[in-house]
Amino acid sequence: MTLIAMRSPSDSPMGCDNRPVLRQRGQREVFCGLTSIVWLHRKMRDAFFLVVGSRTCAHLVQSAAGVMIFAEPRFATAIMDERDLAGLADANDELDRVVTRLLERRPDIKLLFLVGSCPSEVIKLDLARAAERLSQRFLPEVRVLNYSGSGIETTFTQGEDACLAALVPQMPSEPANAGKSLLVVGALADIVEDQFRRLFENLGISTVAFLPARAASDLPAVGPNTQYLLAQPCLGDTARALDARGAKRLSAPFPLGVEGTTEWLRAASIAWDVPSDRLVETVRGPQARARQALQRHRELLAEKSIFFFPDSQLEIPIARFLARELGMNVIEVGTPYLHQQHLSNEISYLPESVRLSEGQDVEMQLDRCRSSNPDIVVCGLGLANPLEAEGLTTKWSIELLFTPIQGYDQAADLAELFARPLVRRATLEV
Amino acid sequence: MQLTLWTYEGPPHVGAMRVATAMKGLHYVLHAPQGDTYADLLFTMIERRDQRPPVTYTTFQARDLGSDTAELFKTACQAAYDRFKPDAMIVGASCTAELIQDDPGGLALALNLPVPVVPLELPAYQKKENWGAAETFYRLARAFAGPRAPRPGTPRPARVSGTRPRCNLLGPTALGFRNRDDVAEIAKLLETIGVDVSVTAPMGATVDDLSRLGDADFNVVLYPEIAGVTAQWLERAFHQPSTKTVPLGVVATRAFIAEVASLAGIEVAAALSAIDTGRSRLPWYSRSVDSTYLTGKRVFIFGDATHALAAARIAHQEFGFAVVGLGTYSREFARDVREAAKAYGIEALITDDYLEVEAKVAELQPDLVLGTQMERHIAKRLGIPNAVISAPVHVQDFPARYAPQMGFEGANVIFDTWVHPLMMGLEEHLLAMFKGDFEFHESAAPSHLGHSANAQQAGLDRLDQAATAAMDHAGNNSVSWETDAEKELSKIPFFVRGKARRNTERYATERGLQLVTVETLYDAKAHFSR
Repeated sequence: MTLIAMRSPSDSPMGCDNRPVLRQRGQREVFCGLTSIVWLHRKMRDAFFLVVGSRTCAHLVQSAAGVMIFAEPRFATAIMDERDLAGLADANDELDRVVTRLLERRPDIKLLFLVGSCPSEVIKLDLARAAERLSQRFLPEVRVLNYSGSGIETTFTQGEDACLAALVPQMPSEPANAGKSLLVVGALADIVEDQFRRLFENLGISTVAFLPARAASDLPAVGPNTQYLLAQPCLGDTARALDARGAKRLSAPFPLGVEGTTEWLRAASIAWDVPSDRLVETVRGPQARARQALQRHRELLAEKSIFFFPDSQLEIPIARFLARELGMNVIEVGTPYLHQQHLSNEISYLPESVRLSEGQDVEMQLDRCRSSNPDIVVCGLGLANPLEAEGLTTKWSIELLFTPIQGYDQAADLAELFARPLVRRATLEV
Repeated sequence: MQLTLWTYEGPPHVGAMRVATAMKGLHYVLHAPQGDTYADLLFTMIERRDQRPPVTYTTFQARDLGSDTAELFKTACQAAYDRFKPDAMIVGASCTAELIQDDPGGLALALNLPVPVVPLELPAYQKKENWGAAETFYRLARAFAGPRAPRPGTPRPARVSGTRPRCNLLGPTALGFRNRDDVAEIAKLLETIGVDVSVTAPMGATVDDLSRLGDADFNVVLYPEIAGVTAQWLERAFHQPSTKTVPLGVVATRAFIAEVASLAGIEVAAALSAIDTGRSRLPWYSRSVDSTYLTGKRVFIFGDATHALAAARIAHQEFGFAVVGLGTYSREFARDVREAAKAYGIEALITDDYLEVEAKVAELQPDLVLGTQMERHIAKRLGIPNAVISAPVHVQDFPARYAPQMGFEGANVIFDTWVHPLMMGLEEHLLAMFKGDFEFHESAAPSHLGHSANAQQAGLDRLDQAATAAMDHAGNNSVSWETDAEKELSKIPFFVRGKARRNTERYATERGLQLVTVETLYDAKAHFSR
């Protein structure tokens, strides 16, 4: 196995919006891709994630999971020790032993991911071959797949991308006479998934599947008659893998806020030839409800300035929502990785005054943040308390991933996440 | 390769961070990939620190591996110096950087920075967090105090008469369990008996403070896991003796005062009488009749070696509990814990496998679990009362109020903390007498902890299942229960029912009985009550 080079921006085709992007190189204050296991294992209920890595990896996942300590979580780390590195123990034999012990303990597991880490990538431990070998041994009860969540290749939500991309080759092929089908790609809260399913039904789009599915055995079929909508902005590799299976991407903004959700549904409606008045009729109720709920937050948030540190790749769509639907003044939107093509719709909606930055030198970004003195800063947990202590108001970005925020009925919840820190600061007299 | 669900300790570089974050004017440059910055949130979120840890990460990526990660390190190191202007720096590698062998120490020295640079070698694939903290502290002490050490063989000059004896307080770090308040409590105690604190380190110390470590007459080692190695070196280099008693609990605090007095050349009796023991409430609280109900409560203890050993002592000598389980994840101190366990007639559990600890708790069915945040989760799941006594801990274990563990006030805090999760004395009796009463029903939790009633019952059910499973596993569950006996068992208060079932089955098994009757139940009760 070779190391996959970090995709450099020059690899991506430029979108129509060629505004400047600030790129700096320095310390990045972001999680690695392993962290996405924290939500992926809740979404895929019969999957287990085994990180093959170091004590640092185990400590990272545990710390990121924070208080969410489950009785027995469906993730673990096979911690490599000196013997594995010195070749005293065959790392493959060791891995087989660990996996066997794990699967004996957990007969409920149907899908096992071997998740590569920085150390496993650096020593070039071939997890693809290991997954193949273990699959042969444990199929049909358990399928074993692999992907890398290493920090040298992936940032935070890119771990989800790598995981879903590993699932795509496992998706069954659609039958030759298959009709048109819609695939929604990206982990969503179950409640959001159900809402979207109802909306698509009302639009007359009945063959709808979601990736990832809640159960390993429910992997949807894919083929040339599949068109897909991305529900998350971090899915470059997954999209490429789906394209390779013949599926077609429907270009759309992401379903955040009333506008984003409508445009996202519109993309599917156009592809399914849904009459435009049927779309209008379908979304009228939910739209009105959402706008009404947003109004309260708009009063508080309008004209307030906001600064985004890079974290989940959701920054650009959320900034678009806050700028256009709540009237916020976006100063800088940092994102760990900017997929120009998937985000071209989003970027064109952003006001010209917004500074876009990709990657990070955290010290220089902190300088910019302090000098622009925003009303609210969106940042990771490592920065939040220190910035609060400096007098800035912060919103932890990780909450944006652990809260259902997509779709009409969550638009106000998304706005509330930004309103709460301001309300709190205004309330406290200590 | 070790299968790990939850770890008690992080990697050794996190130990180094705990030292760097505790100190002032020290900056740590860590050669590490993206993602390793997660460690910052341990300090900013769990400990609620209002500043970022003084750590710069190089954040190398896959594409750098083929080119020049060494250059990246040098750039980051220089930039960190330019921006933070620290008094000194420590440099090292995290687990991945260790594999690419860039030699951060050599690279940093080549930069000729105008401040001292201390390189750290922390083998990430062999060692863990506490070792990393201890090693970092030792390297720093050597680097800054070392040059002032007298030539070997030079006797230590006598203290100038008329001056108060001075000691160093060694071991407190960032993220340590109650370190902030322990330092305050012990410093106050030392002050009272006439001993001055020269340097407290790592917590709050500058590198200049470290260079003065040799000035003190002796060292107080608060946390042997962190400061043991440094204290041994100071003993060799400066002939400074150090304390061996950790002042956790009333008995140990008294012994600690006596030890300090003898090291300081103070009259022991005078030192002890200088203390206002009226504020030490544990002894009376423990003797007061309400505490009778604490007698013989079965307690399971797990943590770092220092806190686990102390908890066992306190549980036995100061609460009258029965120590039924004792263990540690600090392998470096395994021998001490094994010896202590032997004194309680049990075998120590030396492991860093969370599952093994959980299995042991389920098997022992203790009345109280004293442990780390991992044991809190185990106990919560099994519905057993619990209290936290050792790192690793979570945000709720960094309380706003003053809550030391050490010294007499620490013992007061421990009394409250351990008694609180238990059923109150009279309540326990009422429950036994009026079983089935609508208020005192069997799934009632301690009345002062109302909300957890259902969780507790659910936990007990799981505990029962776990115990049954454990017995199945051992292949000795050949005993079945007659319906009447089962009914009679259900009349026994829930918090002793598991024990009753276990004892009865053991009694039956030992006598080759296949079926437990009501008679067997009471025979067993009589047998075990002797």
